[in-house]
Amino acid sequence: MPGDAPVTVSDSGIEIADAYAADLKRAGLRKSGLRGAIGHFFLRHPLGAAGAIIMGVFVFGALFADLITLYDPLQTNAPLSLTPPSRAHWMGADFMGRDIYSRIVYGARISLAVGIGSTLLGCVFGAAIGLTSGYLGGWVDLLAQRIIDILQALPLLVLALVMAAALGPSLRNTIIAIAIPLIPSVARVIRSNTLALRELPFVEAARAIGMSEARIAVRHVLPNTLAPVIVLATAQLGAAILTEASLSFLGLGIPEPYPSWGRMLSESAAEYVRTAPWLVIFPGLAISLTVFGTNLLGDALRDILDPRQRS
Amino acid sequence: MASYLTRRLMLMVVTLFGISIIIFFLLRVVPGNIVDILFDSAGMVNPAEKVKIERELGLDKPIPVQYLAWIGGIAQGDLGYSYVSEKPALDEIAPRIPVTAKLALLALIFSIALGIPLGVISAVKQNSGVDYALRVLSLTGLSVPAFWLGLLILMAFVARFDTIPIYTEPTKSLWEELLLYSVPAAAVGFRSSALIMRLTRSSMLEVLRQDYIRTARAKGASAQAVNYDHALRNALLPVVTIVGIEAAFLFGGPIVTETVFNIPGVARFLVEAIRTRDYPIVQNLVMFIAIVVVVVNFLVDLTYAALDPRIKYAG
Repeated sequence: MPGDAPVTVSDSGIEIADAYAADLKRAGLRKSGLRGAIGHFFLRHPLGAAGAIIMGVFVFGALFADLITLYDPLQTNAPLSLTPPSRAHWMGADFMGRDIYSRIVYGARISLAVGIGSTLLGCVFGAAIGLTSGYLGGWVDLLAQRIIDILQALPLLVLALVMAAALGPSLRNTIIAIAIPLIPSVARVIRSNTLALRELPFVEAARAIGMSEARIAVRHVLPNTLAPVIVLATAQLGAAILTEASLSFLGLGIPEPYPSWGRMLSESAAEYVRTAPWLVIFPGLAISLTVFGTNLLGDALRDILDPRQRS
Repeated sequence: MASYLTRRLMLMVVTLFGISIIIFFLLRVVPGNIVDILFDSAGMVNPAEKVKIERELGLDKPIPVQYLAWIGGIAQGDLGYSYVSEKPALDEIAPRIPVTAKLALLALIFSIALGIPLGVISAVKQNSGVDYALRVLSLTGLSVPAFWLGLLILMAFVARFDTIPIYTEPTKSLWEELLLYSVPAAAVGFRSSALIMRLTRSSMLEVLRQDYIRTARAKGASAQAVNYDHALRNALLPVVTIVGIEAAFLFGGPIVTETVFNIPGVARFLVEAIRTRDYPIVQNLVMFIAIVVVVVNFLVDLTYAALDPRIKYAG
């Protein structure tokens, strides 16, 4: 996929635009241009629009963390230890006197990096496995199916946990540990679509004009499988963020001193429930809201891209 | 059918073998073994002693030999010894299984009792205010980390009763145990209920569009009869699948929840064992979880065929 990225992206872009135009038509609207399209999206998919806004705030916070916070998220300050929310520290301070609000805003970077990183990695490997196994069939398919069976026989978190423990705690390793359990579902979706697509006339036509099999698979079959993968990837983004939070909570994800939402909850959380509830409430709220945003957006995308689900 | 069964059973064995190999070798890639950790914590630096302990634990042998010893042991019901407690791994793991099983069962009951009725209501009242509210509720269930939800419930307990229902000592009665498990079970089950609710809704909507439903309505059947006798029975088929998968995953899933609530079950033990590099415990626990998932999936497929006469498995 890497070498052909611009082509696949624009092709799937056309597909999404087409699906979207059909969506507009059904609604009896013929607005043109980006502004019309966005306005329409907000009208027709209010929940999806809410998800898009949440995701927008999340990405904005991650990108411009230094502009919208007053304190260094890593700066400890003993006298402030466990101070409740106040005007200066409106989400309070943690055990080491670090400003919770700043840590949550900077923590968005970690969640975004892990979420996007592991989802992309999982999708690329899943797509590669799904495409080759569906397109080539035979023993390659048989082998790929067994690998997928194996990866699916363990709950996401259990596999990620063992992977994370084996690789050791770091940002890169956390991304890898979460990406691997995400591979099977992408591979399955792409494989089943590829199986259907490879029998279609346009593939035969491409073969008739002498195109190589690899080129047909990557440039003609793959782009046509992308719509369901986009829907799946949005759902996986949420799952990846949740898994990172769980791993970091257990101390097997992002190491100190990075401010990760999961680790902010830490295992002493059950203790803080009694003494300093703001330490528990705000990071959990950040995780929940962000994942909620990805889920809302994912549902709206599915409504638009997957005609079978339409009511 | 018989050839289908044989094929499936063989594939299950292949899958489990694959997992055993991956887990075993993954764990040996981990930098630092139990002996290093013991020595670090004790501050001992006698290399001769270290080599001796490594030999006692069989860590000096080549990894493939260690693997064969493990698999051979399993075949004879010998899971090896925990490095930490030095007791047989089986004795360490076995008493924790019922704990997690109870938690998973409670969570499953909770999720079905909540998920299916709400999913049906959501579908029957499609695009109404109730439907929107329920869809937001189910999405919330998918978005909130179970362990955080559990913490919020604890917080409510603290505020209301000034007590924390956390497992500290063995419970005296079954009733007390159920009460103690119900909070984490609800926290974990909420997520599963959200999945079940979503699937019930979309499955109901699909069925409600079928011709035979229109026929039933046309012949004058009441809305209730159409929704429950005609639609729900067929809509529940895919729900059976997700309930089965959730049941299996609830067994290995509540890792963080068990940790938060201090529940001495399988999942929390796995985290502890990973931290202390207690390989015999980790590899056996992971295998146990994998076996549960694989066997439950198999049973779900068989149930599916039994429930739906349209499905016939060919070899």
